[in-house]
Amino acid sequence: MLEAENLHYAYTSEQPALRGVSLQLGAGTILYLLGRNGCGKTTLMNCLSGVLKPQRGYVRLCGRDLSSYTPAERARLIGLIPQLHTPAFNYNVREIVLMGRAPHLSLLATPSRTDYEIADAALESVGLADYRARPYTQLSGGERQLVLIARGLAQQCRILLMDEPDAHLDLNNQLRVMERVARLAAEGLSFIVTSHLPNNALMYAHRILLMKRGMALACGDAAEVLSEGLLSAAYELPIEVIWEGERPRAILPRRAV
Amino acid sequence: MRIVALRGATTAKGSLRLSLAYLSLALPFALIVISLLLGLYQIPIETVGRALLSLIVPQAAEGISSTELTLILRIRLPRVLSAALIGAALASTGAAFQGIFKNPLVDSNLLGVTSGAGFGAAVALLLGGTALAVQSAAFAFGLLAVMVAYAGSRLYSSAPLIVLTLMGILIGSFFTSLTALTKYVADPLNTLPAITFWLLGGLTGVTWNSLPLLALITLGGSAFLWAVRWRLNILSLGDAEATALGMNPTRLKLVIILCATLMTAAAVAVGGVIGWIGLVIPHAARLLVGADHKALIPTSLALGASFLLVIDTISRALLPAEVPLGILTGLVGVPILIVLLRRSQRVW
Repeated sequence: MLEAENLHYAYTSEQPALRGVSLQLGAGTILYLLGRNGCGKTTLMNCLSGVLKPQRGYVRLCGRDLSSYTPAERARLIGLIPQLHTPAFNYNVREIVLMGRAPHLSLLATPSRTDYEIADAALESVGLADYRARPYTQLSGGERQLVLIARGLAQQCRILLMDEPDAHLDLNNQLRVMERVARLAAEGLSFIVTSHLPNNALMYAHRILLMKRGMALACGDAAEVLSEGLLSAAYELPIEVIWEGERPRAILPRRAV
Repeated sequence: MRIVALRGATTAKGSLRLSLAYLSLALPFALIVISLLLGLYQIPIETVGRALLSLIVPQAAEGISSTELTLILRIRLPRVLSAALIGAALASTGAAFQGIFKNPLVDSNLLGVTSGAGFGAAVALLLGGTALAVQSAAFAFGLLAVMVAYAGSRLYSSAPLIVLTLMGILIGSFFTSLTALTKYVADPLNTLPAITFWLLGGLTGVTWNSLPLLALITLGGSAFLWAVRWRLNILSLGDAEATALGMNPTRLKLVIILCATLMTAAAVAVGGVIGWIGLVIPHAARLLVGADHKALIPTSLALGASFLLVIDTISRALLPAEVPLGILTGLVGVPILIVLLRRSQRVW
């Protein structure tokens, strides 16, 4: 459904942020992007969401080049769930979710009754139907992530890009958000998720792209990618993988003494 | 069952706010009529009604003295209408600027339009220009200031809006210095007071001549802001999110800035520098109807128009001598807002 081939992007000519990354994403897949700070995860996400244009390589969405889509067309297929943020104004939850209807409305239109119904249904499917009138800024971090997922659902796109959905969340909220993501993936929605918590990738990823300095170090399922050698190379730190039978169970860094 | 009842309640609250927003639009029209009654010379409502009707049906004016007719139609009506238009323009452009700059502490003077207009007017007054010359110079220099700020920001390729804001602040203070220079060289017996009073804002000299351009720009601009009001919600999330939601934020913001700048320049050209409204009326509107720009833009238009109507009527009808509007808006508005803030537990 989404494929990227040999993407290059440099903010300045001296420091390339992406140096030839390729990936493929099918329906109902959760793809994790792992790697150190500054390895190019966010740049890659921005290239995939159309915020940045890759300087070399291409992104193909449903068989068409991404740059040939209008912004609204693209946003009907790919949604972005940003990191936890506080809007400048105190919108309520329903108003936030309703913004997902933007790519379906003409520039001068305001949401119709149908759009409100779609937004309410989206809130219901993340389990926050009763939160409609609550101020968004007063929700907990986990609840805000769920509201932003609901906005992605109201957008009715097929791929959601999530920028560190587990950042700033306690374990309970991390799992609450990611369980919802797993359930939506089982229904056919695809996710690309960046994270600094490889253990979450272990639990939820169908595929993992491990990145280092703008390049893909490895791409595959959890058992292939989350090996001690590859992880240690990616994080430049000795890393131990604890196995449970055939499957990796936990990833732990080892202190260099 | 409980959930269903709760949902009914929240939906009712949402549509109540929207109804309140549209209902508030009636307020300025009522206040226009009330303002026409009041003044040093009070006029009964029946006379005002008939005088207004005579604009359409000339026979309605029979029996009204020509003094009263002149007072209502030639002196008070243009002044009252321009107060409503200027208030609406300053408040709605303030709300729009706060939205697109993601900052509740700015108004449409952010890019220097008022400072530019102030300098234009000061120079025209210094040279002894007519009222029309002062208005034209204010309008032209207001636009010029923003154009210079925009041209300056184009020298940088990245983050144009941040550079634009910085340029606006720089150009604004540049024109403020030029205005100070103009005042410094002005004759302290006649042109200096004229410049000072102009900079404090007021509608004393407003005639029908000022209205067509002001009305055209304010109504056209308001219609545009009204049309894109829901998009302001999305723009207020920032460029990355707006892009991901399928918009071209840079282009729409530039059109909104152009529109708001024209509206502010036209308002300042007629009314002088009237601060406070663009910054604070949107906050008062938010206390009433919430942050959603779908309700906020109509409410800001209505409250801005109403507020300046009340202030201008106080200035010309209740006080022994006319106090400049720029002074009164702060003196009257700040206590009102503090009361509003105390009553509301809203966080924004």
